[in-house]
Amino acid sequence: MNNGYVLQMKDISKEYYGNKVLKGVNLNVKAGEIHCLVGENGAGKSTLMNILFGMDVIHSTGGYEGEILFNEKITEIKSPKKAMELGIGMVHQEFMLIPEFTITENIKLNREITKDNVISKILGDRLRTIDSKRMNDDARSALDRLDMNIDEWVRIVGLPVGHMQFVEIAREIDKTKVKLMVFDEPTAVLTESEADNLLKSMKKLASSGIAILFITHRLDEVISISDNVTILRDGELVKTLVTSESSVGEIAELMVGRKVDILNKEEKNKKQVKREVILELKDFSVHMPGEEVKNINLKIENGEIFGIGGLAGQGKVGIANGIMGLYPSNGELYLKGNKLKLNDTNNSLENGLAFVSEDRREVGLILDSSIELNIIFTALNIQNKFLKKYLFFTLQNSKKIKKHTDEMIKKLDIRCTSSKQNVGKLSGGNQQKVCIARALTQDPDILFVSEPTRGIDIGAKKLVLDLLVELNKELGMTIVMTSSELTELRKISDRIAIISEGKVAGILKPGDSDKKFGLMMSGTKIKELQEEVI
Amino acid sequence: MAEVKEINKKNSQLKSFFIKNIVTIIFIVITIIGILLSELSFTFIVNELINRISRNSFLVLSLIIPILAGIGLNFGIVVGAMAGQTAIIMVTYWGITGLKGFILSLIFAFPFAVLFGYLTGKLFNKTKGQEMIAGLIVGFFANGIYQFVFLYLVGTIIPMKNTVMIKPDGVGLRNTISLCGGDYPDGIKYALDGIFRLNLFYFMIIGSSLVMIYAVYKILKNRNKKYIPVKSSGTYITYIIIALVFIAVSIGVLVSGSSLAMLKVPVITLAVIAVLCLFNVLIMKTKIGQDFRTVGLSQSIAKVSGINVDRTRLIATIISTVLAAWGQIIFLQNIGTMNTYGNHMQVGMFAIAAILIGGASVTKANVRHALIGTALFHSVFIVSPTAGKTLFGDAQIGEFFRAFVVYGVIGISLGLHAWKKRAVSRL
Ligand SMILES: Nc1ncnc2c1ncn2[C@@H]1O[C@H](COP(=O)(O)OP(=O)(O)OP(=O)(O)O)[C@@H](O)[C@H]1O
Ligand SMILES: [Mg+2]
Repeated sequence: MNNGYVLQMKDISKEYYGNKVLKGVNLNVKAGEIHCLVGENGAGKSTLMNILFGMDVIHSTGGYEGEILFNEKITEIKSPKKAMELGIGMVHQEFMLIPEFTITENIKLNREITKDNVISKILGDRLRTIDSKRMNDDARSALDRLDMNIDEWVRIVGLPVGHMQFVEIAREIDKTKVKLMVFDEPTAVLTESEADNLLKSMKKLASSGIAILFITHRLDEVISISDNVTILRDGELVKTLVTSESSVGEIAELMVGRKVDILNKEEKNKKQVKREVILELKDFSVHMPGEEVKNINLKIENGEIFGIGGLAGQGKVGIANGIMGLYPSNGELYLKGNKLKLNDTNNSLENGLAFVSEDRREVGLILDSSIELNIIFTALNIQNKFLKKYLFFTLQNSKKIKKHTDEMIKKLDIRCTSSKQNVGKLSGGNQQKVCIARALTQDPDILFVSEPTRGIDIGAKKLVLDLLVELNKELGMTIVMTSSELTELRKISDRIAIISEGKVAGILKPGDSDKKFGLMMSGTKIKELQEEVI
Repeated sequence: MAEVKEINKKNSQLKSFFIKNIVTIIFIVITIIGILLSELSFTFIVNELINRISRNSFLVLSLIIPILAGIGLNFGIVVGAMAGQTAIIMVTYWGITGLKGFILSLIFAFPFAVLFGYLTGKLFNKTKGQEMIAGLIVGFFANGIYQFVFLYLVGTIIPMKNTVMIKPDGVGLRNTISLCGGDYPDGIKYALDGIFRLNLFYFMIIGSSLVMIYAVYKILKNRNKKYIPVKSSGTYITYIIIALVFIAVSIGVLVSGSSLAMLKVPVITLAVIAVLCLFNVLIMKTKIGQDFRTVGLSQSIAKVSGINVDRTRLIATIISTVLAAWGQIIFLQNIGTMNTYGNHMQVGMFAIAAILIGGASVTKANVRHALIGTALFHSVFIVSPTAGKTLFGDAQIGEFFRAFVVYGVIGISLGLHAWKKRAVSRL
C-alpha cells in the first residue's frame, strides 16, 4: 500500500476530564502538501496537534483514542522526543522559548553542537563541550533564511513577540530531516508583511518535500497558500476541502455552522467632532527592545477610538507598554491636564487606565487560577471592587464575582466548562478573551488594547470589535487600539496614527486611500505624501 | 539635559546594584561592625577565617548545580555528609590513616553518596516544586536510619569489635571519634591540609603574580582581536592594580615582622577547592550543563524539546550529594574529631545560609556567591560571640545571633522566592 501520505490520523478522539474535545477526527497529509487546519476557538485544533506531538498534557490526562500512521506505519507517539525522532517539527501556539537564553541557545535547544574534550572521551557524550561558535553560525543561517536581521546572541527576554515567533520558526527550519512541520497559528502574532515572509518560507519548505500542517484564523492565508483544508467544529470533523475549489465564504460558513459577516474593508467615516484632549504625550520615548519609541508627541481625545498601526519593529507596540509603565520610558504624559507619573504601573492603573497586552502569556494571565480570579484580579487589587465588609473583615463578594464573570463569559463568548475552570485549560483564543474581560472589568477611562483579535476566530473577532465600539459609544470610553491589522483599525477607529521608525509618520482618517496607508507604513513622510495626493 | 539623563542612568544602575546585592551588603556591614566590636586580634580573625574557608567552601560549592537545575536549595546534602562520615568510620576502623586513609575515604564515600543521591533525586522527582521541604525531611529521615545503623547495628549485626570507637558495652559507636594525625595517628586529621602549608603572604604574592600574568596575556590578546572582547582591557588593568596592591601589602607585612607574618595557608586544600570551582564553571559549558540550565529555567520547555527532565535532575542531585560527601570528609580532616551523631546535622543549614549570604537565591547561584558567602558567614561566626560579649556583656547573645543569622537568612530568602513566584504582573 503506497498512498503517499506522510501522516494519517484516523478516528482520533480525546476527552479532557469527561469533556469530549475531539470526536473521531481524520486527517491525511501528503509529502510536500500544505494542509490547513481551521476552526473556531476551542474547536480542538491545538489538541489534535498536541496528540500528534506526544505532548504531556495529552498523556497525563488519559491519552487519546484512534490511530496515527506516520510514513504508513502505525506509530505510537508517546513523547515530544519520539515525535522529533520521527521527523515531526512543531511551532507551538504558545511560545516554547526560554527568555533567559539567547536566540542561538533557543534555536539549538537540546540540539546543541558539541565538541570533544579530554573528559568527555572518558565519561561520555553528555560532557562534551558546547561549541557556541558553530551554533551561532547555524542560528545565523536559519535566521537569514527568514530574512531576520536580528543578532543571534541577543537574549529572548524583552524581544517583541513577532521576533519571538520567528525564532521559534527558525528553530524548526534549522532541524534537518524534518518530514512534517506543524505551525500552530504562527501568523497570529505577525504583521501582514512578516506573515507574507513566513508564508513564502513555508512554500519553499513544502517544495522541498516537507509536509506542512498549518493552523490559522486568517482565511485569506488559507486560500492563498494551502492545497487542502480541514475544518473542525466543536471537536468534529466537518469536511476536508480542496482549497482551489473553495472560497473564504464557504470555509467560514463551515467553520461556524452558520452564515457569518466577514470583516470587510468597509471603513467608517464618522463626522469629525471637536473633543477635549484626554491624554497627551510629549517627547515620549519608550525603551522596549525591538519596538523603540522615540520622542513622539500625540494627543488622544476624549471619547474617541484611536488606532495605532505600523509595521512590526517600528514602535507601535511600545507606546501602550510605555504608558502603562511596563517598559522604561521618559518624556511627559498628561492625563486630563495632570502630569502622570512615568514607569509606575500601579499608578497608571489607579488613574483609570487599563491595558490588554499583546503578550498575554507573559503579562496577561495567571494560568493556574480560575477564569473568575483572572477576570477580577486587577479590579480587586487596584480598585477594591468585589469586596464585602463583614464587621472587621473584608471578604471577596463571591456572588457578585460569579455574576459578573458569567456575564463576561456570555458577552465575549468564552468557551469554557464553568467560570471556575483554570485559564491554563482554555484554548488559546479563549485565553485572549479572558484578558479582554479583565481590562473591561476595571471600567477604565482609557482602555489600551494591543492586538485584541490576535488568535481569535473570525466569528469572535467581530464580537470583540463590536464590543469595543459599543463600549465607546454607550459608555464614552476612550479606546486606544494597537493592531497590525489595518482592516480592523480602519473598521472601528476615528483616527489612526501610523508609527514608523519610532516616530509618528502621520495621522490618517479611516477613509483615506489604501495607497496613503501603504506609503506611510513604509516610512514616507506626510509632506511627501501630500505632494503625491495633489 | 543629556548629562542629567546620564547621571540618572548611573544612579539607577547603582540603585539596582544595591537592591540586587542587598543581603551581601548587609552582611558586609555586620561583619565590619562585628570585627570592630569583638576586640579580637586581627591575626586571630584572619587565621580562623583561612581555616574555616578551606574547611567549608567545598560543601557550599556542592549546592550550586542543584540550584541551576531548578531543584533549589538542596537540603538533602545532609545525606551526602552521612555518606562521607560512613566512609571515615570505615577507614578509621581499619586503621588506615593519613593521606592514604583520606583518599580511601573519598573512594568509599563515592558509592554510598551515589546511592543516597539517587534515592534523594528519585524523591525530588516525585515531589516537584516541594524539593526543599522534601530535602529537609530526607535529612531527618536518613538521620534516623544513620542512628539506627551506628548506634544499634554496629556490634550486633555489623561485626565491629575491640576498638576505642565502640561504646564500652560493645554495641554502637561512641559519640566522638578521634581522627588524630601526628606521629601515632589514628585518623585522617590534616591529611590534606598538612601536605603543604605556605606562608599566607608568600601565597598572596604568588597568587597575585599569576593574576597579573593572566591579565597581561589577556590585554595582549584583546589587542589582536577585532571583535569586542567580553571584558575590556580596562578591567584587566584594574586586576593588575589590585594585584600590585596585594603584593605591596604582603611585602609590607612580611618586612614589618608582625604576628600576621606567621599565618599559613593549606595550599593543597585550596587547590582542591579551586579545582571544584573550575568544575562548576566548566560543567555548565557542556551538554549536560546546558541541560541543567534548560531544565532549571523551564521543565515544560525542556520536556517538549526532548530533554529527559527527570534524569537530568537526578544527575544534578547525585553530583551534589557526592560533592557533599567529599566536602564533609575535607571538613572533618581539618577538625580532627568526628562527632558521630552531630556533625552532619547542621551541614545543610550552614552551607545554605552561607551561599545565600553570598548573594545566591533559590534559582540563581555561582562560584562567586559560594566563596564570598562562605567568607562572610564565617566572619560573622568568628566575631559574634565576642561581639555579643562587648555589646551585651554576654557571649550567649552572640550565639543567639548566629542561630538567628542562619535561620533568618534562609527564611527570608525562601519568603522572597515565594513572593516573587506569586507576584505575577498586576495587569
Ligand atoms: N489542558 C486542558 N485541560 C482541559 N481542557 C482543555 C485543555 N486544553 C484544552 N482544553 C479544552 O479543549 C478544547 C479544545 O482546545 P484547543 O486548544 O484544541 O482549541 P483550538 O482549536 O486550538 O482553539 P484556538 O483557536 O483558540 O487556539 C477547549 O474547549 C479547551 O477548553
Ligand atoms: Mg489553539
